[in-house]
Amino acid sequence: MQKIIIKNGIVVDPITKTEIKRDIYIENGVMKDFSCKKTIEDVETLDVNGLVVLPGLIDMHVHLREPGFEYKENIKSGMEAAIAGGFTSICCMPNTNPPNDSKSVNSFLLNRAKSINLINLFTVGAISKDLNGSSLSNIGELKESGAVAISDDGNPVDDSSLMARALLYAKTFDLPVISHSEDIKLRGKGVMNEGVVSQRLGVVGIPAIAEEIAVARDVALAKYYDARLHIAHVSTKGSVNIIRQAKKEGVSLTCETCPHYFTLSEDSLLNYNTNAKMNPPLRTKEDVIAVKEALLDGTIDVIASDHAPHTEDEKDTTLNDAPFGIIGLQTSLPLTLKLYNEKKLTLTDVARLMSLNPAKILNLGNRGAIKNGFAGDITIVDINKKWTFTKDKIKSLSKNSPFINMDFVGLPLYVIVNANLINAN
Amino acid sequence: MGEGKKDLISINDLTKSDIYYFIETAKEFKKISLKDIKKVPTLRGKTVVNLFYEPSTRTRSSFEIAQKRLSADSLNISIPQSSVTKGESLKDTILNLESMKPDAFVIRHHESGAPYFISKITKASTINAGDGINEHPTQCLLDIMTIMEEKKDIASLKVAIIGDIYHSRVARSDIYGLSKLGAEIYLYGPYSLLPQFQYSQNVKIASSMEEAVKNADVIIMLRIQKERASYYFIPSIEEYRNFFKLTQNLLSLASKDVMVLHPGPVNRDVEIAGSIINENKTHILKQVENGVAVRMACLYILLGVQKN
Repeated sequence: MQKIIIKNGIVVDPITKTEIKRDIYIENGVMKDFSCKKTIEDVETLDVNGLVVLPGLIDMHVHLREPGFEYKENIKSGMEAAIAGGFTSICCMPNTNPPNDSKSVNSFLLNRAKSINLINLFTVGAISKDLNGSSLSNIGELKESGAVAISDDGNPVDDSSLMARALLYAKTFDLPVISHSEDIKLRGKGVMNEGVVSQRLGVVGIPAIAEEIAVARDVALAKYYDARLHIAHVSTKGSVNIIRQAKKEGVSLTCETCPHYFTLSEDSLLNYNTNAKMNPPLRTKEDVIAVKEALLDGTIDVIASDHAPHTEDEKDTTLNDAPFGIIGLQTSLPLTLKLYNEKKLTLTDVARLMSLNPAKILNLGNRGAIKNGFAGDITIVDINKKWTFTKDKIKSLSKNSPFINMDFVGLPLYVIVNANLINAN
Repeated sequence: MGEGKKDLISINDLTKSDIYYFIETAKEFKKISLKDIKKVPTLRGKTVVNLFYEPSTRTRSSFEIAQKRLSADSLNISIPQSSVTKGESLKDTILNLESMKPDAFVIRHHESGAPYFISKITKASTINAGDGINEHPTQCLLDIMTIMEEKKDIASLKVAIIGDIYHSRVARSDIYGLSKLGAEIYLYGPYSLLPQFQYSQNVKIASSMEEAVKNADVIIMLRIQKERASYYFIPSIEEYRNFFKLTQNLLSLASKDVMVLHPGPVNRDVEIAGSIINENKTHILKQVENGVAVRMACLYILLGVQKN
């Protein structure tokens, strides 16, 4: 499929902020202007009348578990889940075994993705060697071998001095630092949000301030050193307020939240539901509202899934015992479209939060918009399709989702990436 | 040179004309080192105490030779064999030595500000031979002298200083001295080793190695200390070598008459390709030669021989 015309779709472009019915043309994987050409030979045509055409969605925060934990997920199964979720690009976090703290692991991941040849894989390298939080990894080498950011996601950088040097050193290579901002000592043995629900369940809680103290620290570091910081998975009202204020002051700061933080509250754990256990934990209803507001006013730049597969056996235990994390690739867009259906977000907002901004933050070349010369990455969505997220629809090797059996409106039907038209659902 | 100035603590204490006076004087003294009999009686009867709290090859021997060629009496205090190891304070050490009526202290100390502290408690001249991460003014003077031997005017030069700027007393003195003389200075290194605050208008941070060395008239490479990796400043020596080493290719971007300086000791193939040194493309040994002359000039000027 070297040439394709996508006809009659409602094309959503977050740069021009337009949602117009028009045709687009992709040649050899690149969007081209074809208005002046009368006829194009050997061209495939896809009529998407009534469907929405978004710039290819980008999930900047996923855990693919390969290498080391292939029983939970691997690059191929993760990509298949991503396609079913409407994504054309995903970025994998480095907490694998071995972790992605070197050129060899980074190259392994990218070569593997190339041989699977489905969608784009971008890699996030480790801040510290072996994610140990005590010495910098070879960040220049990671960048040179293709990493688009660095993060010790899952292992928050406890040592402020290391975080400071990481921000400075990464700045040399123009790499953003993605921070899993959490005071791990304050988290302690907590398993869910500290609040009335954790008290009722009799389990140890994780206070919101465990996140907020770390967000405040990282924002202060980014401000002082004038370095690029991206805060991962923002979940509390307090974090949102700190970030909003810092942005007003001009700190070069971006952040993401995940669909579960604007959809579910700590109440989801009332029956000790381990599939609602993740870190940061689901917070209070007030936090859910604050996160939604922050999406609307631009404080939050990105929606990412924090797709974190764990097997059914691992989750089929007590709340204390179960690992943190839920899968999210297939529910990220549908949950975001809920906000569209509630008339809170426009489709342009969706394209900005799930495509343009991640592309900008991670410098993913010409991606994130419908524009001549940009990569021909496209997500085609039936925004009126009613469907139920049943367990048998899950493409991921793991099934740990609190959204199983939830009804949705809106489903991606196709993705186009690297000159391939792929059925999403 | 202002009369009555007894110490050389910071290059900032010198005016532009002071700097030129030191260099002119050093040029005269350089001739002595080229003679068959390398000794003049200029500082006969003067006593100089060399107090080195840190290891040093170049600076220490250079000062000692300078003293010998000027016929001064030198006293070398080796710290490991001194009362310092018995817990004597810096102040007491100086006051006790002071009682023996030396005319000058040459001090190398691991703590920034130590020479300044000493200069306040002694009547003898105090010469900073490198203090902590602060300054190394005689190194700056010998760098300027070396540059001026080939370049007529410092004012229009592009000077790149590359490496661990943050911990380098040489870089700091060179930045002060060369910018005072009007050079345009480009600093480069990982941000974790660059100064956090701007020095002055004509001191810029380059955005890449290429930008730093492009059309440079002078490149000053700094030594990276291996222990920096263990304190988070850089990930590893291997990575430093890959991204911050002066290679032949980078050097070819510089002006065709570029001078490459390095204060030593050199980590070959870490901050600079060994082949650049082997092919005699550096002025490292010239710097060492001029070091003796500059230190002779410093002793001569500061000990106020003219006044006698």
